[in-house]
Amino acid sequence: MIEIDVEKRLGDFHLTARFAAPAAGVTALFGRSGAGKTTLVNLLAGLERPDRGRIAVAGEVLFSAEDGVDVPTERRRLGYVFQEGRLFPHYSVRGNLIYGRRRGARGTAVSVDAVVALLGLEALLDRRPGDLSGGEKQRVAIGRALLAEPRILLMDEPLASLDTPRKAEIMPFIERLRDELRIPIIYVSHAMEEIVRLADTLVLLSQGCVAAAGPIEELTSRLDLRPLTGRYDAGAVVRATVAGHDVTYGLSELAFPGGRLRVSHVALPLGTPVRARIRARDVALATTRPVGISFRNVFAARVSEIAPERAPIVDVRLDIGSPGQSVTLWARVTARAVQELGLTPGREVFALVKTVALGRSSYGRYDPAPGEDDDAL
Amino acid sequence: MPALSPLEIEALRLSLRVGLVSVAASLPFGLAVAWLLARRQFPGKILLDGIVHLPLVLPPVVVGYGLLVLFGRRGAIGGWLYDALGVTFAFNWKGAALASAVMAFPLMVRAMRLSLELVDRRLEAAARTLGAGRLRVFLTITVPLMAPGILTGAILGFARSISEFGATITFVSNIPGETRTLPLALYALTQVPGGDAAAWRLAVLSVLLAMAALVASELLARRLDRRIRGVA
Repeated sequence: MIEIDVEKRLGDFHLTARFAAPAAGVTALFGRSGAGKTTLVNLLAGLERPDRGRIAVAGEVLFSAEDGVDVPTERRRLGYVFQEGRLFPHYSVRGNLIYGRRRGARGTAVSVDAVVALLGLEALLDRRPGDLSGGEKQRVAIGRALLAEPRILLMDEPLASLDTPRKAEIMPFIERLRDELRIPIIYVSHAMEEIVRLADTLVLLSQGCVAAAGPIEELTSRLDLRPLTGRYDAGAVVRATVAGHDVTYGLSELAFPGGRLRVSHVALPLGTPVRARIRARDVALATTRPVGISFRNVFAARVSEIAPERAPIVDVRLDIGSPGQSVTLWARVTARAVQELGLTPGREVFALVKTVALGRSSYGRYDPAPGEDDDAL
Repeated sequence: MPALSPLEIEALRLSLRVGLVSVAASLPFGLAVAWLLARRQFPGKILLDGIVHLPLVLPPVVVGYGLLVLFGRRGAIGGWLYDALGVTFAFNWKGAALASAVMAFPLMVRAMRLSLELVDRRLEAAARTLGAGRLRVFLTITVPLMAPGILTGAILGFARSISEFGATITFVSNIPGETRTLPLALYALTQVPGGDAAAWRLAVLSVLLAMAALVASELLARRLDRRIRGVA
């Protein structure tokens, strides 16, 4: 468990954060810039000092104003991947990698070779940070943090300074840390698509406060959090498994409690658990089962709530699947459509989801049992 | 220029020795003071800053006289040093090195302080997250990144040391083979009739020495700069 209960004042900015997150899987700190994400991570790493409060990781108190405990950064064993990489310019890539290597540590020693192979750094070892690309720098920074054998890896917007192709290049490496090394990660981001791909737990920060913390599926479907999770990309996150591949058409099928979701090809083996994000604006509604239509995903659904978004738009909450096993979907339609179709809570409808709307950035794999305290929140 | 005379060689060797020893001995203190001034806030910081810079603005003869009072055989510090350790700075080359070091100190501290202020503290924070304690961070990150400033400070200090005159002659006098460095030898030659030609030779020698130090510093600084910018 990572337990945080701190206060910190920085000029006009006041951070009050209190939450607990499992020390397993990926916990995302999400919020707009200025919400206090980086400050919170710096407090955790010991790079800044809380005004009051307590921080504990896996039972070890790292900071406690009451008991006068303040473990220095270098002894917290929390790896930190900074947004700007922060490679040491006067060391080679190899020198950077082994800078924090723990010597004499017994047992689970991470070898340089393993990290180099994991992150594809073989060709870079003798180069100097000055002539690496942004993506390469970030991979080296991740490797450097891993070789210090941290208990938890803190990643502060590691992709934010990269362009889209570079982001796509790094993302699979971060997924490998989660899936192969199984190192707990605190991942700071303001990009929901990264978080959906990576995170199990979401901590929403707003103006220096924790607005909510919990499993990502739960928080993304909560209406009251919409202003924070984002209106444009609002939608539902569902858990599914890869159930089939259609090689001819380059499609895949994901099984979820609501049925089968046809999506663009997913390069994952059958049976892999994935988390898919279905944006409200990619879901359409029909009152009768449509025929002769290009939508490949049609699900019987029941309207459970009609939530006014900004006029003239409303978001319709839908339950699909059998009762007791149902999942939530959201559909974004106009108020006029709601009226003309006579949509009211309880009404049976059909939800239509465009296959092409579900691209690579719409899903990420997840660990169905990410550790002992999955339900600790 | 024909071969150097034994007297010239003596003055040159003494100058180099005084310059190197004064730089080597004051470098750690300079680094410590630069660090205090660049990184720490404490009461009396302005005062320390002022004292360090005093030799730059005082007449050198005042510094020399001050050293004589403090470090002379019967001086407040000098007397104690002699009684306790048997060390004295009075009228020997060590005194010349001390006078040079004091006069060169402000230049050295200035160069090092400026480069220390330019060191990216975020890199130091990164090193700490990798398990490095404060001393290791200082030695492996801070010092290498401020190396150009340390080098510049050392070269400036050396150049200032070998050209020191006023404080030296006041503190340790002008003793051949002991405290008669190049500038003092030059001065002695200008005081005797017919010394012009010999004085010229020493003047040229001084210029060459200073130029060599500056060129060496520039070349080294370029190499170090490429290194800390992270290109091979």
